[in-house]
Amino acid sequence: MFDLSRFTGRDMRISEKLMEFNWGFLLLITAIACMGFAMLYSVADGSFSPWAMRQMIRFAAGVGIMIMVALIDIRLWMRIAYPMYAVALALVAAVDIVGFKGMGAQRWLDLGIIQLQPSEIMKVALLLALARYFHGLAHDEVSRLRNLIVPLVMVALPVGLVVKQPDLGTAILLTISGATIFFAAGLAWRYFIISGLAVLGAIPVIWDRLHDYQRDRVFTFINPERDPLGAGYHILQSKIALGSGGLFGKGFMQGTQAHLNFLPEKQTDFIFTMLGEELGFVGGIFLLTLYCITLGFALNVALQCRNQFGRLLAIGIAISFFFYVFINIAMVMGLLPVVGVPLPLVSYGGTAMISIMFAFGLLMSCHIHRNIEISRGPATFF
Amino acid sequence: MAIDRRDTSRYKTFTRRAFILGGGQAAAFLLLGSRMYYLQVSKNDEYQMLSEENRINVRLIAPLRGRIVDRFGTLLATNRQNYRAVLISEQTPNVDETLHRLARIVEITPDQRKRILRDIARAPRFMPVTVTENLTWDQFAQINVNEPDLAGLQPDVGETRFYPFSTDLAHVVGYVTPVYQRDIDKDPDQPLLKLPGFRIGKSGIEQTYDKELRGQAGASHVEVNAFGRVIRELSKDNGKPGAEVVLTLDMEVQKFACERLKDESASTVVMDIHTGEVISFVSTPAFDPNQFNTGYGVAAYKALLENPYLPLTNKAIAGLYPPGSTFKTVTAIAALRAGIDPLQRVNCTGQYQLGNHLFHCWKKGGHGLMDMHNGIKHSCDIYFYDVAKRVGIDPIAKAATEFGLGQTYDFDVPGEKKGIVPTQAWKRAVTGEGWQQGETLISGIGQGFLLTSPLQLAVMISRIANGGKAVVPRITRAVDGEMLPLPPAPMIDVDPEWLKIVQRGMNGVSNEPGGTAYRSRITQAGYELAGKTGSAQVRRISMAERESGIRKNDMLAWRLRDHALFICFAPYDNPQYAMSLVIEHGGSGSGAAAPAARDIMLKVMQRNIAPEQARAKPASRAEEG
Repeated sequence: MFDLSRFTGRDMRISEKLMEFNWGFLLLITAIACMGFAMLYSVADGSFSPWAMRQMIRFAAGVGIMIMVALIDIRLWMRIAYPMYAVALALVAAVDIVGFKGMGAQRWLDLGIIQLQPSEIMKVALLLALARYFHGLAHDEVSRLRNLIVPLVMVALPVGLVVKQPDLGTAILLTISGATIFFAAGLAWRYFIISGLAVLGAIPVIWDRLHDYQRDRVFTFINPERDPLGAGYHILQSKIALGSGGLFGKGFMQGTQAHLNFLPEKQTDFIFTMLGEELGFVGGIFLLTLYCITLGFALNVALQCRNQFGRLLAIGIAISFFFYVFINIAMVMGLLPVVGVPLPLVSYGGTAMISIMFAFGLLMSCHIHRNIEISRGPATFF
Repeated sequence: MAIDRRDTSRYKTFTRRAFILGGGQAAAFLLLGSRMYYLQVSKNDEYQMLSEENRINVRLIAPLRGRIVDRFGTLLATNRQNYRAVLISEQTPNVDETLHRLARIVEITPDQRKRILRDIARAPRFMPVTVTENLTWDQFAQINVNEPDLAGLQPDVGETRFYPFSTDLAHVVGYVTPVYQRDIDKDPDQPLLKLPGFRIGKSGIEQTYDKELRGQAGASHVEVNAFGRVIRELSKDNGKPGAEVVLTLDMEVQKFACERLKDESASTVVMDIHTGEVISFVSTPAFDPNQFNTGYGVAAYKALLENPYLPLTNKAIAGLYPPGSTFKTVTAIAALRAGIDPLQRVNCTGQYQLGNHLFHCWKKGGHGLMDMHNGIKHSCDIYFYDVAKRVGIDPIAKAATEFGLGQTYDFDVPGEKKGIVPTQAWKRAVTGEGWQQGETLISGIGQGFLLTSPLQLAVMISRIANGGKAVVPRITRAVDGEMLPLPPAPMIDVDPEWLKIVQRGMNGVSNEPGGTAYRSRITQAGYELAGKTGSAQVRRISMAERESGIRKNDMLAWRLRDHALFICFAPYDNPQYAMSLVIEHGGSGSGAAAPAARDIMLKVMQRNIAPEQARAKPASRAEEG
């Protein structure tokens, strides 16, 4: 197979890394992004402005970021995992405490063509930090209660801050990402069963603390017809748009629901609906298949990694990505309440695009550096 | 470097759990795929329908209201282009400024301004709101020319009901009004009523044939966006315009009669004696039906209500008058049926004693010896007192009913009143008292309880003139090109010879010197009319007044003067037309009513309507609107 010493003994050259970079994967996500461009072009009634062109530029920038991130040694990423987490947490807390919400949290990191939200950085930083932490734990140490305090706090802090913003969608995704790492790291089943029961028990308490609009979403989810012109309007119109698309759709740029504005948020959260309306069941399944292959690749990267950090990071990224896709598509089809989760690579939005490409960069870094073995080391921070 | 043992177990666990996660993902994607299949393939039809419902809006198009024409096709009620201006608020940066500029061309009162601003506030920003309507051509042209300065304002042409003859037909054709809530409540399933600007027939023929005149609504299928803005029209069906209603009227006669009676509170009905077709139907004064279209002004409507000549009352069918001496024709028929010899004479001394009550003839000093012919010709009260007393009230009432009094005819102009033909039973039922013989006497000369409408009198004289055929009055010839069938006109059980006697008596009235209407005769050969005057008393003449000399009508206040009545048919030799004419408080039948009736009847005959020929060929539907 491979000459292991070649990789472990010295750092790889850039050209070697570029050889190892999985260009097929890039092609795959480009295909997904292209479906997004097409839909954004259609939303604008056959125009690249205002959405499609900007999205393409962002994707191009994202590809650049992805390659750069991929080329950075996985050990460096491991080393800066905790500092990144600390910075991200500070930013999230700043948004929360200083109360810049009214001004728009997006202003925090305005990088010209893109704007980064601290909570988006946190999504990646949390994966890195948790992977870093569990990398240092031996198999039989993982399920020890005292070893779980630190990672739980690492998850709870940002989730608590994000919930207060309030951004339920991000909070749920952060929790899920955290749980995935816990699970993949080999945490005993009993913890999941206990926390599952705890969540059930906490539902009434959480319900009490929910904002009215959040409760409304749940009510509306349970029965969209309850308020067809109000809160239930989005989901009803979304189902009508999807359903009327049929097997082959109404045709590119022919979606009446989307073009006559019955469909809300069609360039962002409901872009999959528009795709379903215009390209039909066939188009939707095609996109789902692309996502499936992407996920399969990501899982394979995780399995191929010879270091625990890489495995955990890769699977964390894969599962986060999966949940984005799943929550968004389930939402527009009325299987889940409406939570503001965009469809990765397809929905219009700079922050999400950059953070997903950054995460794919990390995934690719795991792939390129898959054969590097990293000693477990002490479960300390540095 | 060897992978340590614990790392191997970590790796094994990881692999296992990665597969669990992968399996979970696969299951989740399967779920999404099947949900997508359910929505897009299984339920496709249902959602496709919902999507079309979303997208396609059906907008009703008001049909053009059917026209009403006279027997020769003259337009009596039609639709006129309504020049108006609508404002689309999203197309002007400043509604106030646009209205301000418009006010230089068209007057906008503060009330109208308030109404406009309210309508604009209520409607979506892209919906046109009517700002001003019924513009003159000049105003409309100015708005068109100044359109660039009037941001958001659009000149527009609508349809509005128009009655070219205004007051002349107010009581026949009626009018239309905007739809009120109570109209919608009455007919909740009729979507047409909810159309803005829709009008509904509220009186006259407009009311009776409202359903036919409305036509069928068209529909425009338009594609709309989520805000209701029309994106494009997909299909359009203009509907079916309302049916044309052809009346039996001759507008030339109608105009003439209206002009002749315009200063009076009067009514007249001219009928074809063979068919019952009404050739002219007038009640003066009248109102302008055009004004109801937009809502009568409060002041103008109050003036109508307060006018003592009652312009809102359709006197030809809803005005009830004692028939006066015109009723003597019926008394005569009853007498002939009772076997009274028309040549038997009664001596008129000007007074008639019944018990201890004294009855008077209109002619002080009396007429001397009167047979039936002279009784009619001179309208001798004493002769008919005597005859009535001999016949009795019930046979007189029977004849009156047979000849059309005391009943309604289901006439197409709504509002008929039945009037009263008294009988012994009627009086007992109404007053609880028994019939007095004196009441028979005054009934015999058309006074007392008797009440008739001009339409009924026209029917009565028609049936006398046509030899006893019970014609029924009708004013509608055809609807939507279909001739309406004539109602059956059975023969009244009378000897035609009796009617000849009455007709000859009426000829005496008009054409023999000494007849009460001799001054109002027609002298052109072949056109002679035969009539009967009537003066219906509306006050009681006291004994004291009778002794000091009855006051002449022109000395009395208008309200106390006698009603002037005249009934006639013509030509005498070959009767074709009959008419009744009542001038309220006109004084005497011979002085006020007969000359007007003569003029109108002459006009009718000069028009030479040739009814039989006209019936065979209905007035052609003039060019479609």
